[in-house]
Amino acid sequence: MCFLLLTAFAITRAHDLLATVMLLSIYSLLCASFFVVMDAVDVAFTEAAVGAVVSTLLLLSTLSLTGRFEKPQREKPLFGLIIVLTTGALLIYGTLQMPPFGSAAAPIHQHVGSYYINQSYAETGIVNLVTSVLASYRGYDTFGELVVIFTAGVGVLALLSSQKSYPIAPIDKTILPAPMKQHHILRVVSKMLIPLILLFALYVQFHGHTGPGGGFQAGVIFASAIVLYTMIFGLQAALDVISVAWLKLFSAFGVLIYSSVGLLSLLSGENFLDYSVLAQAPIEAQHLGTLAVEMGIGITVASTIMLIFFSFSGQMHSIGEAQ
Amino acid sequence: MIAQLPILQVIVPLVAAPLCLFIGRPKLVWLFTLVSSFMAFIISVVLLQQVMTNGTIIYSLGGWSAPIGIEYRIDYLNAYLSLIISATSSIILLAAHTSITAEIEESKLTLFYVLFLICLAGMLGIVASGDVFNVFVFLEISALASYSLIALGSDRRALTAALRYLLVGTVGATFILIGIGLMYITTGTLNMHDLSLQLVNVADSRTLVTAFSFFTVGVCLKLALFPLHWWLPNAYSFAPSVVGALLAATATKVAIYILLRFIFTIFGVEFSFSILPLQYILVALGLAGIFVASITAIYQQDVKQLFAYSSVAQVAYMMLALGLNNTSGLVATLLHLFNHALMKGALFLALAGVMYRVGSVQLEHFSGLGQRMPWTMAAIVIGGLSLVGLPLTVGFISKWYLLRATLENGWWPMAVLILIGSLLSIVYVWRIVEAAYFTPSVESSSNIKEAPLSILLPTWLLVLANLYFGTDTNFTVTISNLTAQYLLGASP
Amino acid sequence: MNIWDSFNYWVVMILMMNGLYILISQGNFIKKIIGLTVFQTAVFIFFISMAKITGATAPILKQATEQGSTLYSNPLPHVLILTAIVVSISTMALALALVIRIKQAYGTIEEEEIQHKDQP
Repeated sequence: MCFLLLTAFAITRAHDLLATVMLLSIYSLLCASFFVVMDAVDVAFTEAAVGAVVSTLLLLSTLSLTGRFEKPQREKPLFGLIIVLTTGALLIYGTLQMPPFGSAAAPIHQHVGSYYINQSYAETGIVNLVTSVLASYRGYDTFGELVVIFTAGVGVLALLSSQKSYPIAPIDKTILPAPMKQHHILRVVSKMLIPLILLFALYVQFHGHTGPGGGFQAGVIFASAIVLYTMIFGLQAALDVISVAWLKLFSAFGVLIYSSVGLLSLLSGENFLDYSVLAQAPIEAQHLGTLAVEMGIGITVASTIMLIFFSFSGQMHSIGEAQ
Repeated sequence: MIAQLPILQVIVPLVAAPLCLFIGRPKLVWLFTLVSSFMAFIISVVLLQQVMTNGTIIYSLGGWSAPIGIEYRIDYLNAYLSLIISATSSIILLAAHTSITAEIEESKLTLFYVLFLICLAGMLGIVASGDVFNVFVFLEISALASYSLIALGSDRRALTAALRYLLVGTVGATFILIGIGLMYITTGTLNMHDLSLQLVNVADSRTLVTAFSFFTVGVCLKLALFPLHWWLPNAYSFAPSVVGALLAATATKVAIYILLRFIFTIFGVEFSFSILPLQYILVALGLAGIFVASITAIYQQDVKQLFAYSSVAQVAYMMLALGLNNTSGLVATLLHLFNHALMKGALFLALAGVMYRVGSVQLEHFSGLGQRMPWTMAAIVIGGLSLVGLPLTVGFISKWYLLRATLENGWWPMAVLILIGSLLSIVYVWRIVEAAYFTPSVESSSNIKEAPLSILLPTWLLVLANLYFGTDTNFTVTISNLTAQYLLGASP
Repeated sequence: MNIWDSFNYWVVMILMMNGLYILISQGNFIKKIIGLTVFQTAVFIFFISMAKITGATAPILKQATEQGSTLYSNPLPHVLILTAIVVSISTMALALALVIRIKQAYGTIEEEEIQHKDQP
């Protein structure tokens, strides 16, 4: 906990944006380890993947476009401090009557929470409670979450695709040196790593039922393998493998998989996202439903993250050429 | 199929959005978008009918009944709101294709419609949901879509406006999330109905007060209530015209809905108005908002900015009416939700027409437009008169109820203040009229014609609705009364 | 009541306020976004902390037969936060894309300079 505080304060003080980003990455990792201590393994997994990898990556690629140092501050903004202190005081006031930390008797653990713990295995047959709540009981929230990612992907595309006219095709690939061509060790190691990462992603994808993991984490890992490939071999090489247009369709496709599961249940006269129509035995149906839904998540997440990354580095290209 | 309507209303636009990417041709995408928005509209009409005959509809998602799963709970308030949202969005979409093709690049048109549909679905999702966390998720869906929609505006200031809106909106959403967390920690449930039952037992807890405060501040950030409104004018005015129209007509309404839902359904009137001095805060901020925003509006050169500030003022009216804490006040708020959507929809669409022909909405370019674009200008004048609250327009109805509500509380000085506020709006509407009708046109504007029919028609549809609902108040007043009674009666 | 009962929450509050302070007081847009992330992450920690039960274990059932004998932490906040993390990264991606466009349009990402350039 104290480390967290230290890092957060360091972020406030630092003027070098690159250092700030690194500190933020450390902060995320610390959070992830804190989540493990707090028994939230799934969340820790996600935080590590998202906070420490994806967000750092995005921030860094933005920084390479916008410059690394910020302007020194003019004076201490008292106004902000006052707002923050009032809000903080209100929060502390609120905690005074909060149920104590870690107590099992708190109302939060009595009402709905205990229902999931006691009943969910019998009803869904999924060992990982987080997965069963995520994909089944609150499947609609997860659908919403998927749409959020999809929206972000579409939004980023809409914002950054304007300079689409930058000439990719006419550039002679032999002249344009692939980034990091000289780093032979990196190239070899990453060539070995990438298949392993992809395999691991698939493992995480299908292992979500029994251990921590699931579609979201798998999607992030899958995308990070491709991102690694892009960084080592250049954007052009990556675009040769998967083009932006395909990624766009894939990310839409993932959302459609999820919703078609829902629509399937609608068509058979049950409520939206009711998995019981997918198979005869209820537990099997839940399994099938969760699996399909996780597939949808995985596909959308992976393709959207790649899409966002490609858009960002596409900007880098166009700026590099302009200079 | 009737039983599935609550979800279909949200799902139709939501599924249509990714499908758009597979279609390709912008014109087809537009038709597809239009059709799905109209489907949502028809569904919401049927839903309202259902609610009026059968009472509250409960729909459990995934077949898990609440509080274990997520449920949709459609009552008067939801049905009314989703009717407003889907109706305005459908009408605005009619005009969208002509207007938007002129304002953004061809390659982005499909993405635009995808985002538009997602935004619509997000708002419908917020309104329909009976689960607080689900509200948060859909809030973010519609918010993310609207940030990107705003950023598509052609002016570079659209970018900063969008980023500022994003930062403010996310802080607001995170505040709401903290509020949800605090509520959850005291009760252990996320379902609204369940929460309202559980919260009675812990009503005096400080944690709850904190939760309520965070929630209210978060929503007010989204709502652009007076001191927290600085992000709104730029966001509305630099967005593409139809986006401005959509957001001005619906987005703040959704935020007000959330506030109403929390004050009345979850926390209950008693808690909201007695434990916290919410009543006085709302009234004070409302009054201050009306005056500051109206006066700022008078000094604007950009007509979109002018109407955006007037939106801030109108939101302040609604909050003032809410703060009066009596039935007429609530009815006034609800009426104004509907009426304001009509006026602002019409005004911003008319501006879209001006933007299409003139290419600018600066006040100085309005000179002589009274002759060049008679129909568009007439629409703006009627919309403006409606803002002022002249009889025969919808604005009059809401002002009338507002005044009645203040007098019921015996606060007649406030009634006077409200009237003065209306005078201020006369001033800013007059400035447009003056520019359009009483200044000679500039030479360069001689080739400006009337706005194309595809924009003019939807504009006038809204204007006529303005006049119709201004004279025949049967429908709106009945619904508002029913809703108000339901809200006040249902709360524990 | 024991002071340590709420210690965890207090640290979270300080983190939150720290993030919010960065967001309000800094003029650089990237710094603002980072502040936002710190703020949001602190809220996540808050949610996860309230799910914890002392002595409990991660909510992955050990054996179907052993049920009831072990204490599990509450899975629901975990699910909520999984969703919230995804939402926050999506917001961040969009915000950064906006920052890139702003840099291209204005040549700077400092709030004051942009305001200055927008004055006619």
